[in-house]
Amino acid sequence: MIDNFLLRALLGGLGVALIAGPFGSFVVWRRLAYFGDTLAHSALLGVALGFMLHINLTLGIIVICQGLAILLFLSQHQRQLASDTMLGIFAHGALSLGLVALAFMKDVRIDLVAYLFGDILAISNSDLGWIFIGGGIALLVLLILWKPLLAITIHEDLARVEGVPVERINWLFLGLIALIVAVMMKVVGMLLVTALLIIPAATARRFAGNPEIMAILASTFGCLAVSAGLFGSFQWDTPTGPSIVVAACLIFILSLLLPKSLQRN
Amino acid sequence: MSQTEQPLLEVSAVDLVLNKRLLLEKIDFKIAPGEILTIIGPNGAGKTTLLRVALGLQRPTTGRVSQRQGLTIGYMPQRLQLDPTFPLTVKRFLFLACKNDRSKVLPLLEEVGATHVFESALKNLSGGEMQRVLLARALIRDPELLVLDEPVQGVDVHGQIELYQLISKVRDRRGCAVLMVSHDLHLVMAATDHVLCLNRHICCSGTPESVTNDPAFLELFGPSAVKDIAIYVHDQNHHHDECATCSRRLGND
Repeated sequence: MIDNFLLRALLGGLGVALIAGPFGSFVVWRRLAYFGDTLAHSALLGVALGFMLHINLTLGIIVICQGLAILLFLSQHQRQLASDTMLGIFAHGALSLGLVALAFMKDVRIDLVAYLFGDILAISNSDLGWIFIGGGIALLVLLILWKPLLAITIHEDLARVEGVPVERINWLFLGLIALIVAVMMKVVGMLLVTALLIIPAATARRFAGNPEIMAILASTFGCLAVSAGLFGSFQWDTPTGPSIVVAACLIFILSLLLPKSLQRN
Repeated sequence: MSQTEQPLLEVSAVDLVLNKRLLLEKIDFKIAPGEILTIIGPNGAGKTTLLRVALGLQRPTTGRVSQRQGLTIGYMPQRLQLDPTFPLTVKRFLFLACKNDRSKVLPLLEEVGATHVFESALKNLSGGEMQRVLLARALIRDPELLVLDEPVQGVDVHGQIELYQLISKVRDRRGCAVLMVSHDLHLVMAATDHVLCLNRHICCSGTPESVTNDPAFLELFGPSAVKDIAIYVHDQNHHHDECATCSRRLGND
């Protein structure tokens, strides 16, 4: 397998950026940024679950993310609380519960900073497997659902009248988001996962005339940010996850300076 | 339209209660093939809710909605909930519903008078252009029933008259039935066979002429509204392709 940690980091980062492009575009179009963020906050609970059941920690995170996605989906039909309040309760509740649960496990010691901000330089071959196999499957399913998802994004009822199984596809889509959030965690950490989803997509928006171009450009800008962030982190000895996000922000700001003629509707 | 023909859609004894609020009460109506039925009523009367029930998107608490077997419905929503970050052209929007069939889409745009926006981004359309594109999308599957939710929303008065005339024309050409919702009283009367006046329950229903004379209608909208309507109904009966207020614009339509 691959021995060079830097090469592994680059591969993992690029893989995550590729996945993040199309998913991030949908997150932006459907205003799911806070949803993704809330899922990410439950990661520590997943780690605790992993230790408790002696299963792979990434698998633990995936299980918890999926469970939380289902809870959030079910709670979106209640009308007592606004959705951002609900998401806030779940996000901070899950984060704190995760920390408390880990504190109860006396013999478990984790590198908290690595979970919060990512630890791409410590990426293992098994992590790469999760990214490329798990993420690859998620991308493939997204590709199959692409057209009905676009239809739902344009207008749910119109899609329903035209025979799109809206509920089923929405469930599946949220499940996929939960999966990729869990997989992306290793690279940029739970606090920065959403950044890698939305910043490249937001950058791509100005240059895209149709949804597919936007998704492809988002992946491209994501890869650029990962490469630049890794390089910067190596060069100036800065934390890698945050460096990647800083690079993504810089690319976003640079894109705002480009002349109007390069932009599309 | 013959009386013996089976209705395309029938709503019978529908009540709808959501969150302990009674939104619809004892609703009965049916739509015959080729008929234009307009639901009017004040804001909050439950018009859009009733459309959703008729479309099968919302289950009624009691009563039933039956559609004729294999009924094809074309639906035109009130507005698209597009996020500004979603890049979408008219072309792509229409292609999504018909597997990129250009030979299907171009004649439809011609029919609704929106050929010139084929390559435009949806978010750059004017109100009238947007409604025409939505109508074209509703027509893609050659529906027997068109369901239009406030089809003239966001359009100026001249444009509204044009749109209602376009809807009548589409009906005449295709023979499809139309079920539409409007909170506008005046213009819609000229372009409809039946009116259903809704305020949670059906206050009155019938032809535009009979409804505007109904005491329940007067109570809901006031007598001043009726005076204006009378003019439009009258005009339409005499000049089918023209509107008295803007014959110049509609002359060559």
